[in-house]
Amino acid sequence: MSDLKSQATSPDLVNINPEPDSARQRFWRSVEEREGTAAFLEAVAPEFPQGEVPKTALNRRDLLKLMGASAGLAGITACTKLPAQKIVPYVRQPEEFVPGIPLFFATAMPFNGVGRGLLVESHLGRPTKAEGNPGHPGSLGATDVFGQASVLTLYSPDRAQIPTHLGKVATWEEFIEDLGDHLVDERSSGGKGLRILTGTITSPTLADQIQGLLTDFPQAHWHQYEPCGRDAAREGARLAFGQYVTAVYRLDKADVVVSLDSDFMFGEPGSIRYARDFADCRRLTYPGATSNRLYAAESTPTITGSLADHRLQVRSSAVEALARALAAAVGVAGSGSAEPPAGVSADWLAGVVNDLKAHRGTGLVVTGDHQPPAVHALVHAINQALGNAGQTVVYTAPVEANAIDEMKSLKDLVAAMDAGQVRTLILMGVNPVYSAPADVPFLAAMQKVDFRVHLGLFVDETAAQCHWQVPEAHYLEAWGDVRAYDGTASVIQPLIAPIYNGKSALEMVAVLRGQTYASGHDLVRDYWQRQASGGHLNAGANFEDFWETSLNNGTIEGTTFPVKQVSASVGAIPAAPRPLASDAVELVLRPSTSLWDGSFAHNAWLLELPQPFTKLTWDNALLVSPGTAARLGFKREDMVKVQVDGREITAPVFILPGQTPNSITLHLGYGRTVAGGAGTGVGVNAYLIRTSATPWILTGVQFSKTGTTHHLVTTQNNHLIEQNGQLHEEESDAAFDRRVVRVGTLDDYRRNPAFAQDPPEVNTEAPSLYPNYYDYTKQQYSWGMSIDLNTCIGCNACIIACYAENNIAVVGKDEVDNGRDMQWIRVDTYFRGDLENPEAYNEVLLCQQCENAPCEYVCPVGATVHSPEGLNLMVYNRCVGTRYCSNNCPYKVRRFNFKLYSDFQTPSLFPLRNPDVTVRSRGVMEKCSYCLQRIMEAKIVAERESRSVRDGEVQTACQQTCPTRAIIFGNMNDPSSAVKKLKQQPRDYGLLRDLNTRPHTTYLARLKNPNPEIKG
Amino acid sequence: MPQVFHRSMNTISRVSIVGLVMLIGGFFYFCWAVNMSPYYTRAKLQLIQPVPFSHKHHTMDDGIDCRYCHTSVENSSFAGLPPTETCMTCHSQIWTNSVMLEPVRASYATGQSLEWARVNALPDFVYFNHSIHVHKGIGCTTCHGQLGEMPITWKQNTLYMRWCINCHKHPEQFVRKREDVFKPVYNPPKDQIAMGRRLIKEYKIRSLITCDTCHR
Repeated sequence: MSDLKSQATSPDLVNINPEPDSARQRFWRSVEEREGTAAFLEAVAPEFPQGEVPKTALNRRDLLKLMGASAGLAGITACTKLPAQKIVPYVRQPEEFVPGIPLFFATAMPFNGVGRGLLVESHLGRPTKAEGNPGHPGSLGATDVFGQASVLTLYSPDRAQIPTHLGKVATWEEFIEDLGDHLVDERSSGGKGLRILTGTITSPTLADQIQGLLTDFPQAHWHQYEPCGRDAAREGARLAFGQYVTAVYRLDKADVVVSLDSDFMFGEPGSIRYARDFADCRRLTYPGATSNRLYAAESTPTITGSLADHRLQVRSSAVEALARALAAAVGVAGSGSAEPPAGVSADWLAGVVNDLKAHRGTGLVVTGDHQPPAVHALVHAINQALGNAGQTVVYTAPVEANAIDEMKSLKDLVAAMDAGQVRTLILMGVNPVYSAPADVPFLAAMQKVDFRVHLGLFVDETAAQCHWQVPEAHYLEAWGDVRAYDGTASVIQPLIAPIYNGKSALEMVAVLRGQTYASGHDLVRDYWQRQASGGHLNAGANFEDFWETSLNNGTIEGTTFPVKQVSASVGAIPAAPRPLASDAVELVLRPSTSLWDGSFAHNAWLLELPQPFTKLTWDNALLVSPGTAARLGFKREDMVKVQVDGREITAPVFILPGQTPNSITLHLGYGRTVAGGAGTGVGVNAYLIRTSATPWILTGVQFSKTGTTHHLVTTQNNHLIEQNGQLHEEESDAAFDRRVVRVGTLDDYRRNPAFAQDPPEVNTEAPSLYPNYYDYTKQQYSWGMSIDLNTCIGCNACIIACYAENNIAVVGKDEVDNGRDMQWIRVDTYFRGDLENPEAYNEVLLCQQCENAPCEYVCPVGATVHSPEGLNLMVYNRCVGTRYCSNNCPYKVRRFNFKLYSDFQTPSLFPLRNPDVTVRSRGVMEKCSYCLQRIMEAKIVAERESRSVRDGEVQTACQQTCPTRAIIFGNMNDPSSAVKKLKQQPRDYGLLRDLNTRPHTTYLARLKNPNPEIKG
Repeated sequence: MPQVFHRSMNTISRVSIVGLVMLIGGFFYFCWAVNMSPYYTRAKLQLIQPVPFSHKHHTMDDGIDCRYCHTSVENSSFAGLPPTETCMTCHSQIWTNSVMLEPVRASYATGQSLEWARVNALPDFVYFNHSIHVHKGIGCTTCHGQLGEMPITWKQNTLYMRWCINCHKHPEQFVRKREDVFKPVYNPPKDQIAMGRRLIKEYKIRSLITCDTCHR
């Protein structure tokens, strides 16, 4: 391990040799693998990287003694009697509650203020798993990492559990009394000193309540601040259209998509739906099918960019120039310069422009929320000039209940507090002490406020500075409502009574209005009843029926915003900024792909989740391109001082192939100082150098090495698959290269649909001496999975879904470093080509359920065996922990509980567990089971109804959550099943079939659809 | 040279060789016996319950069907334990002053659940489903014993895996007609094997003995 850390992870990047063409076709997962240094190869050869082996003088006799004692002790522990148990029935059993059968409730999760439709599984009143709501337009049945991980937040042991006054335990009643005293003064002055700060609010009821409050206190103010909010998008719309509107993309109609530094499949209000619509246009189920084409110009690799047919590296600060050039080329008047920025070839631009012009009305140009308003305005104008507006992008009224410039709102609040005008400050669900930009001295100003109240799920940085901290109710605990990306409203329906008697923002505002005992349910229902009776909704004669239907469906009918006709112009956009010097380095702050703005910092699933491309866990880092790192003299893990405008932070360096040269990316959301047991002190707080004027793209940044290092843990090199086959004389080079990732162009595919097949000399079905114990093709079921690399975006949602479904344990940074992460499913990133600008491919890897499973032959106790339905079973109660199986697994998908990773101690986590899956203990091997519990349940239901399991009846957790439907699972013995049809496609290939493993999980080769006009 | 060992050593050595074998055998027999004993399995032990509920009385004397209380047995993995409310449907009318039923009334009045001692429990890594067994013609009494003859409920069988597998391998010895499944006292007919074989075909019973049947 020491070798790996000291040598392999710090390659000498200055001396990178150009390599021959054959090497350029090789795939690699990390810089170290590409270099192939001896130390690296040695370090990754064993199945688990060898940790520091303690040097003990253990001789043969002692070893035998210890082994004897261990065997004896093991024998004794085997004699555990089942403990005496109590069984406790209800006094009055709630209707519909059937022990053993979960219920599903439609609800919605506010994320960055906007709603994501969910269907949440509840076992006897305990929400255990969030799924997407198939009937919700923003979900269509899928979720993302945040939706999946939100159940862990609900049960987090770090949650605020009781109201505190000046850090001392108090009661809700005491709070109301104290608040009442302060409000009496406010009432007399019309609320002059009363200010409320929330995040972005789309909830119609909450907005209505706050408006009511502002009527009661006419002098009071309502501020909104979302750290990773959409200020730029709003301001861009205002510049282009003269009013705030929300752009809604219709990617199902887009044949050509141009992303100008946009990651539209992640984090945007509609990103889950966008990913689905985008993927539907590139399924390519037959060679004649057409595919959409994605051009991505971006500064840091994103999941959106990983699907691009043409990916262009461009600094974020240069995107405006690119947008102007594009606008000029498509005929937007007044867009300024037509010169593309340095590094963008005229060839590229011309190719994109011609493609867009050839697809008028079916093209789409999008940009990211971190790009300045001018870029958004230009993009609106481009889409209008190309006739895309109204086709592939439509505009609606803003989904925000009160769309404002939030950065200005926060600054106004700070100015007022600083001037002593604020006497009572109510903070709801926000953490501005942590997340305010560095030039907005929120903390100092806040301390001048006499009475500060924080309503929050956690005791955070802000709560620690407030007089009162009141526990907030999680969205699974309280009534509310929220709008989705297209305006569709959903009722947030609680699944459990507040565990810690938390209050929702709705109830808090009600208290401020003197409605101390108003219930959230009544507030929401009354609001919508008023809407119905006011004629704003077509609720029919019976509102109760309408309400029940809305709750059941998870959406309120008739609330989707109508399309607005607007006309874009670029007359109002500010003049183009001076281009950044070509060797100047910009710093781009982006929301974390795991922790978002830091509000998920308590969530251990997300902390341990390997981030896309870097596979970093438990840290954020400065993402630097190899060339830039070499130029600046940075090596991986070097601590670098980042100085902007007299402010500085120190952050470690991570060298990321594909990062744009002279552009460094740092994720927000880390470096929390008050974030409970899991999140405190993880990573670096980038808000400390963020400014309100340029919240995302910083220029004029100084980087200097401090000389110290910080150990970064990445899973890039964990669980490596050997890409070289065994070279026999009769086999070709093609057979030697196992082609773990198979990529071709659409033209390749049309010429030779079977391009992804193994070469004929590779023997994938070697004869066996064993009698054919089960004839899998003759069974009723043969379970299999197909994963489409052409639509997988590597968003990680499947990993978190697997955490929740299968009770996966979190192991912590040190154990991940030892290669002991427990995720059953992983997303491997394979790079190919140039180190500076490689192609990147995602490959989801889980147990391949081999028919000829190498793991099974080596288990001495029969703890891993085969089922007649083709499943490679793992029997925990038989496992004695030899680890032979994982040694013998060529896919490296088996995970061993080296320690007691599952938390058997924390009571708040018990209700989180899926009762249908065993919680594994120490010394037990585990792995993906194809969600066996779901298969068994479906089979039992089918047997009871005397039929076979229908296609689609069993969905694995990863499949169900996948936003792009890249994962399809089903019965391969059913000729009409979706999975069977996919497996019959010529694009279908299995990994490492040369080993005669006969995997039941297979992949559909990736197809690129490049524009022939663009070379290289 | 004199003999090293005394003549009696012949006997001693024989006895100790045989004795050692018996001792080892005895040790294993002892372990097995403990393992099978009610001390360890809790089979046939009568547990102390908050209310001495009699299945015999309720099913035989009163003729109440199993499913009146165990409502979810036909459609869930768990048969269901009746809420206090179910007890009170009758006991708000009859035996209203019985001392024995005081805990039931108290539970109903206070909203505090009755805490029964669990009679049949499986380890956490075993997933058993009542509904499919009932559907395939396995009666309650096959596993739970003649409940109609139990004044106090006890665990009839060890619930060891060996015991489960025995039935999974030889279902014809245990399967019965669906209409007989909920009989509180049931004795198999003389032609059990013949009937069993017929029912296996009729109910499409498969002998499932792969690990995933119960472990996941």
